[in-house]
Amino acid sequence: MPDTHFYRYDDYDRALVSERVAQFRDQVRRRLAGELTEEQFKPLRLTNGLYLQLHAYMLRIAIPYGTLSTRQLRQLAAIARKYDRGYGHFTTRQNLQLNWIKLEGAPDALAMLAEVDMHAIQTSGNLIRNVTADHFAGAAIDEIEDPRIWCEIVRQWSTLHPEFSFLPRKFKIAITGSPNDRAAVRVHDVGLRLWRNEAGETGFEVIVGGGLGRTPMIGKTIREFLPKDDLLAYLEATLRVYNRYGRRDNLYKSRIKILVHEIGPEKMREDVEAEYAAMKDSALKLTPETIEAIARQFAPPALRSKRTKVPEVEALKLENRAFALWLKSNVAPHRVPGHAIVTASLKPAGAPPGDASSAQMEGVADIADAWSQGEVRVSHEQNLVLPHVAIEALPEVYRALERLGFAEANVGKITDIIACPGLDYCALANARSIPVAQRISTHFAELSRQHDIGDLKIKISGCINACGHHHVGHIGILGVDKNGVELYQISLGGDVDFGKTALGTILGPAVEADKVVEAVDALVATYLEARQADERFVDTYRRIGAQPFKERVYGAV
Amino acid sequence: MALFRLNPQAVQEPALTLANTDDVLALGDRLDGVKLIVLHFPKFTDGRAYSQARLLRERLGYAGELRATGAVFLDQLPFLLRCGFDSFESEQKGFAEALARARTLFSVVYQPTGDGRVTAGQLRLRQRSAVAA
Repeated sequence: MPDTHFYRYDDYDRALVSERVAQFRDQVRRRLAGELTEEQFKPLRLTNGLYLQLHAYMLRIAIPYGTLSTRQLRQLAAIARKYDRGYGHFTTRQNLQLNWIKLEGAPDALAMLAEVDMHAIQTSGNLIRNVTADHFAGAAIDEIEDPRIWCEIVRQWSTLHPEFSFLPRKFKIAITGSPNDRAAVRVHDVGLRLWRNEAGETGFEVIVGGGLGRTPMIGKTIREFLPKDDLLAYLEATLRVYNRYGRRDNLYKSRIKILVHEIGPEKMREDVEAEYAAMKDSALKLTPETIEAIARQFAPPALRSKRTKVPEVEALKLENRAFALWLKSNVAPHRVPGHAIVTASLKPAGAPPGDASSAQMEGVADIADAWSQGEVRVSHEQNLVLPHVAIEALPEVYRALERLGFAEANVGKITDIIACPGLDYCALANARSIPVAQRISTHFAELSRQHDIGDLKIKISGCINACGHHHVGHIGILGVDKNGVELYQISLGGDVDFGKTALGTILGPAVEADKVVEAVDALVATYLEARQADERFVDTYRRIGAQPFKERVYGAV
Repeated sequence: MALFRLNPQAVQEPALTLANTDDVLALGDRLDGVKLIVLHFPKFTDGRAYSQARLLRERLGYAGELRATGAVFLDQLPFLLRCGFDSFESEQKGFAEALARARTLFSVVYQPTGDGRVTAGQLRLRQRSAVAA
């Protein structure tokens, strides 16, 4: 099995995770013995990733910066088989959720995670959540620096942080190291963007107060350029300001975005900078040795340049149309010539977005061992990524993915839908999301049509908490409940591409569940008639405005 | 309400009781000569007093007794200790036993705070320089 090319736990990390499992085992025991009330137990189980859903407990497992070794992926498959129903759900936060966990089994499932240096710490609760990153990190051709080095530094600092474990609300950090943001850093509580200044140094743009949910906001830059060794001091300053002044009187107004909105970005900057000035030269300053030791572990695999034009690939492209389309949509350029980044689509036509069975997880692990340096990524678009594939291996990788049902050539297309679990699982939801996604994906299954329609992101949330990111979908679909009927509100024009981050605008009255496909069809037809040259759906919308779409949809519905 | 103190001999007068919305950085001379500061957790999910505690200990150099009152439960102890609390009011059964164990519940800490514990990062640096030497 190949070596991993990302952070490996040492004895300290392992000790902490296993001590945490022991602590939680004792907390579960006390809960089952009646020594803890559910009110007292709830925050304890949440900070260990255990939610109570509609039908059962759900365990949310952290996949830091979305990076997995094949050994870890196989263990996730084994845990899903042993403690769940043999499948799991990859989420928009690069986590894995198991939906049918029993409380008594949870500590053992966590112990199995610890065996492969994984945990479910801080995947829920009002604290710093699992840190997310660009899923192409370390392989992307446009990358300035691997953001996962910094994610790992933040992961350690945020783990069991004594001051910030009872924040006003949850806190999500995302980091990108590319100008083409694939981590949606402007819609996180804190987004960090690595960039290189005129002096040739790299540092962070610090963006605060973005988020979706019921009050979607685009984050504000409070620091243009932060020296990298001051990252933890700056984060600690930001979190301290939030912990002291964030609202706690109203659940819906307690995210940092509301604080930034109410006091204004200027005051936020002033407060954070004052706090930062008081502690920047403390023990939080990262030494070059510390940074170097972690960076070394993210050293990319030693890939040799290979042929970029491979006769077998060219031949298959001509004879197999689906393969040719797959190359276009699911294969991205790699920084090493002759290599590529392959996205395995967890969105085959008609399937629940992001689901994978244990057998499928093991299948992906086999493929990654054979052709992707033993590494797999989880994307925030709920797909799995094989980051280091030689171009000459693409036909074999394609066939192997096809056998798993993960070779749909639809990445970035209309059926590559993001959807939250919705009313099928979630206690907060107003409406179902997955069946809506399934209907759209069945309707638009035909691949050449999808490719003709081009890049079009549909994002579906089952309630205004917006776990399906509907605000930033080119087409956003939000489930609402009107007197017991599930209706769907459609918005257009959202985007998360860097520099273009935008929130969608509601198109008109919500439509009934069985009219959603018709409505999407009408939107697509309007676009296809109006588009110019290579315009994407969202660009056409921006050019011609909502009116033509509105007329078509509400005429047709 | 039972009281648990790590330093039973410590002087408790004069004392200062604060709300968790008070700005500790604006206390000025109200801190002079104070031997006990009482911080409050209205709900155990309201974590503002953790920041107050760290600012008092690490920014203002307060060295007297620092007491947690209100909704104080044993599962908070590892966090409370790391933020500088050394005295606790709690009704919870098993609190004394938990307090005895709380410091060793986690053998590893990642964050430098004022509690003097050596972080994993610092231990790694030492190991590396020992190997280099």
